[in-house]
Amino acid sequence: MNGLVWIFISAMLVNNFTFFYFLGLCPFMGISGRVETALRMGGANVFVLVVTSVTAWVLNTFILPYAPFLRLISFIVVIASVVQIVEMTIKKFSPRLFRELGMFLPLITTNCAILYLAIFQTNRGYDFLEGLVFAIGAGAGLTLALVLMASIRQQVDLSDVPEIAKGSALVFLIAGVLSLAFMGFAGLFGGI
Amino acid sequence: MSAKKRRTATDDLLRGVWRENPVLVQLLGLCPALAVTNSVVNGLAMGIATLAVILCSNFLVSLFKHWIPDAIRISTYVLVVATFVTVVDLLLAMILPEVQKALGAFVYLIVVNCMILSRQEVFASKQPVGRSILDAAGTGLGFLIALLLMGSIREVIGSGTFLGFSLFGPSYQPWTVMILPPGGFFTIGFILLARNWLTARKDRRSATRRWPHDLSWERPAA
Repeated sequence: MNGLVWIFISAMLVNNFTFFYFLGLCPFMGISGRVETALRMGGANVFVLVVTSVTAWVLNTFILPYAPFLRLISFIVVIASVVQIVEMTIKKFSPRLFRELGMFLPLITTNCAILYLAIFQTNRGYDFLEGLVFAIGAGAGLTLALVLMASIRQQVDLSDVPEIAKGSALVFLIAGVLSLAFMGFAGLFGGI
Repeated sequence: MSAKKRRTATDDLLRGVWRENPVLVQLLGLCPALAVTNSVVNGLAMGIATLAVILCSNFLVSLFKHWIPDAIRISTYVLVVATFVTVVDLLLAMILPEVQKALGAFVYLIVVNCMILSRQEVFASKQPVGRSILDAAGTGLGFLIALLLMGSIREVIGSGTFLGFSLFGPSYQPWTVMILPPGGFFTIGFILLARNWLTARKDRRSATRRWPHDLSWERPAA
């Protein structure tokens, strides 16, 4: 049980996907303009990560022992198709949920965080439950990063910023400071 | 080769290197650009691996562009890239095992590097094989240059070394934060600041030079 809590905290805060591994920077730069959108994007992220984790576990347990060199290719193809199928199912059964997550799902599939989660889970040899907790933690971390950034950017929009710092340059510098802050979590539970 | 053809070829090659540099201008492929550039060697290895992958996959996509069905083209591109990444990863593990270990899973992440996918979608799927290869070489080189730039800045400041050689002697107190994750964000942030400043200065200069002849007082488009 203690191990599961540690996996969750580690994935969410200590080794935050955005600020520690630089994963998912494209949506981070693109979607972090408004808090609401950021929250929705985060929700969609958690969803895809969980689907990925389950899929990767199935592949790792039943198929890949027989063909290890196909790992990367099968991860990409199978995860993309499973997300597509889940998306179509949601569209049919819950149009409301689809409207909320909808347009983000295909975008997220090509996000490096997804592939990295599958590979990381494999390298660490997580079992089904550990993988699930890891995916939820990672998703929570991504959501946290997105919402933090969005709230800061909403404030920055109202302030007087020098002409040359406008746009992505400033976002990166803010992300650096946030990343510094997140490094403070490295001391949790007596270090990594 | 006519002069016009030669000009197109040079343009295909040089476009990606500077004017449309994937990392510094288009902000594509940021994840590897920030994650592996804590030393020059890692940046170099990553840049070369990506260059190899983009060259091979652009060649293949351009070669088979008439046979790839439109509806599944993106999946096809991803498959092609994933195949070459697997090859590159196995090669790296054979030739430079310690570099492969240092890069870790980031070699696999070349698959989801949006820079490669965007070159295939925008260029290789429409243009002849020769131009596609030039375009891939330019984009790959631009990526390599950006990684080297970031890797040099971070290694020199963060550990006081360049390619492992000590630069400032033993009394230098390294800014360790530069080789840690925040350093990656700070480095790209300051590079972008410098780029914006240079662009703004150039615009201002060309505006003052034009002034006596052209009395329109509009600011030049940014």
